[in-house]
Amino acid sequence: MVTIKEMPREEYIECGHAACAGCGATIGIRHALKALGKDTILVVPACCTSVIQGLYPLNALHLPVLNVAFMTAGASASGVAAGLRYLGKDKEITVMAWAGDGGTYDIGIQALSGAAERKTNFIYTCYNNQAYGNTGLQRSGATPFGAYTTTTPTGKREFPKPMGRIMAEHDIPYVAVICASYPRLVFDTYRKARDIVGTRYIEMLTPCPTGWRFPGSKSIEMGRLAVETGAWIMWEKQGEDWRFLDRSKLIAEGKVARRPLMDYLKPQGQFYTLLRDPAMIEQFERWVDREWDVMKRRVGC
Amino acid sequence: MTPMQRKPPEKRQTCITYPAPGSMGHTGDWRIFRPVVDRTKCTGCQMCWMYCPDAAITIDDEGKPVINLEYCKGCMICAENCPAKAINQIRETEAAQPPQPKPAAKRRKE
Amino acid sequence: MPKTISVTGNLAAAYAAKTANPAVIAAYPITPQTEIVEKMADFVESGELKAEYVRVESEHSAMAACIGASALGLRTFTATSSHGLALMHEMLHWAGRARLPVVMPVVNRALGPPWNIWVDHTDSMATRDTGWIQFYAANNQEVYDTVLELFRLCEDPEVVLPGMVCLDAFILSHTSTAIVVYDHDEISGFLPAYQPGHWKLDPDDPMANGNIAGPEYYYELSYAIHEGFEAARKLIPIIEQDFYKRFGRRHGGFINAYRCNDAEVILLAMGTMGEEAQLAVEHLRDQGVAAGSARLRVFRPFPVKEVQALAAKAKAFVVVDRSLSYGHAGAAATEIRSALYRGTHHIPVLGFVAGLGGRDVRYTDMITMIQAGFKAADKGEAGADQFYGLKR
Repeated sequence: MVTIKEMPREEYIECGHAACAGCGATIGIRHALKALGKDTILVVPACCTSVIQGLYPLNALHLPVLNVAFMTAGASASGVAAGLRYLGKDKEITVMAWAGDGGTYDIGIQALSGAAERKTNFIYTCYNNQAYGNTGLQRSGATPFGAYTTTTPTGKREFPKPMGRIMAEHDIPYVAVICASYPRLVFDTYRKARDIVGTRYIEMLTPCPTGWRFPGSKSIEMGRLAVETGAWIMWEKQGEDWRFLDRSKLIAEGKVARRPLMDYLKPQGQFYTLLRDPAMIEQFERWVDREWDVMKRRVGC
Repeated sequence: MTPMQRKPPEKRQTCITYPAPGSMGHTGDWRIFRPVVDRTKCTGCQMCWMYCPDAAITIDDEGKPVINLEYCKGCMICAENCPAKAINQIRETEAAQPPQPKPAAKRRKE
Repeated sequence: MPKTISVTGNLAAAYAAKTANPAVIAAYPITPQTEIVEKMADFVESGELKAEYVRVESEHSAMAACIGASALGLRTFTATSSHGLALMHEMLHWAGRARLPVVMPVVNRALGPPWNIWVDHTDSMATRDTGWIQFYAANNQEVYDTVLELFRLCEDPEVVLPGMVCLDAFILSHTSTAIVVYDHDEISGFLPAYQPGHWKLDPDDPMANGNIAGPEYYYELSYAIHEGFEAARKLIPIIEQDFYKRFGRRHGGFINAYRCNDAEVILLAMGTMGEEAQLAVEHLRDQGVAAGSARLRVFRPFPVKEVQALAAKAKAFVVVDRSLSYGHAGAAATEIRSALYRGTHHIPVLGFVAGLGGRDVRYTDMITMIQAGFKAADKGEAGADQFYGLKR
């Protein structure tokens, strides 16, 4: 794994951008772009990053960026990828769609599925703060069970869509589910993805202090807790090989126990209704257990 | 190749933006707390540099962090994650150089 | 060598696209445009056209993909109709506002429910405000020629706007006539390669399009689109003249007028109705009636001055709309009246709505309409709009 001192010093995000203080998504994009480098074109649908870029006439991203409508990340990126192929530049320039969970799980799933089915040569990142963060935290298909959002004020009743597995079932060459609290893993994942040809889907849990209701200083910790309690499983599929990653691998192999789920739920205001309902907590625990069962069967251990 | 000409913002044919710091203004104004590095405790691990969401930390020739106070939002991720506990927080209003007071908003004549 | 081939309007559009040599095509099939996307696939897979063809999964994605490719500075092409045009509506605005010169034939077809695949102009009329240049063709050669002219017009650095050429469902799209077509080399003097000068996705010169702009900037950005239309207004006759010089054909500029110089009543219509009207005029002239017809070829930018000039010597207009903005009137009648009101010659404009959902509008119907126009001219007022042939 890359060491901190080996990470390139070159920054592709400028200071003074519009992200909330402590934004996990910005940590994610900072390291993804460090790994991908200068020859990258970003396609950004409506999401927090649309706003994080800052106000006209300036932009916080030091790369070519095509901002597009909410449901079109996969389709717009398909157009850019086709154009690069026409120009013979598809090997030297990476196209990356950088979309939130809303633009991936919900309104954007059609375009993403179509792009994957066509074997579009691009990286699709879903940076997942588990709600429509940009517009004030309405629920998405990625919102956790029991979580408060403005459209689920007494707690979401459904479990999140298994988007990573859905993309794996599209038979694309690379799928990775990671977390922005592990920047060295983020860097390595994007370096690996950069050199693979075909549709690469990377989903990154990006803790959101504003949305999940915890202090901005705890963003890294909150992502770690998600992984350490098993509520978020980090894994990748490369070709036919499925693997757990980093801390999730240690948990799967039984080398480290999962921390109690309450360690993850308690510090976040978004679970305040869930925490008052032991039956719902029980359902959440069962869901976490089931996710581990399903993923263990995929990985084959 | 047709060269791209940069036009002033009011004259652009479409909403083209160019990369620059401060795209949301002086985000240092957002701070309630300011991070202060204790260089004697700092081990030069560069974790603060790695974690900063604003890329507001750079590493100087001695391997220690320098925080860009013009843009640092005071999220304190650096302080929270410093293994040597070498970054402390102080209230912005009590900092050695308090921010310049802004002129009071003009009131309409009653 | 120019070739004469017998093709449908759909194929005329496809052949024109092939001649223009786009880099990326992203298109989705919909009746009655399907033949266009099928023929483009043929051209690409046979190697006759070197282009990337993205077989997108919806029209909304088709326009999104064209936007992505055009943003690289590449020539792009797609086609749609009716519900497909309606589905991509959001992205029409996006292409216009991002100043991306996508060219798109639109086969005018009715919207549902009920499902109706026949000719109706409501689909393209509903997109008047999206920042797209709009042409209406009345024959297959015009479809072919207009696609080529559109690429040249849309890609001009003072314009850089997307453009559509509308053609009537089945009457043109599925009817074969003989047209002259060219190879790309033969027209490359008329249509040089696209070279964007305003913006482009390029890692060597990073810039972004589309992040937030506040009220202090948005207005000027919208005005810039309007300026692009004014630039197009100036260029349209110049481009047509150049096409005429090189290839010996032209289709009438903004308004194709027929025997209007000494006409007392002029019937205006768009698309194939505009050509059908000439038969009505011929019959009436044979009886000594001073009728004329005019076909609006360009709807955006709207030819205000040309409409005003047409009214200068006439006593009344009869406008036949193949669309209806419920609660007001047909689109062409509304805009023509607005143009006249701003001028000095306020003649009566008798509006007819006809032909919705593919109902036939024949020259015999138009004779009746023109005669009603003469009554309006005598009375000095048009009266209420009429719904021709309504079974009520």
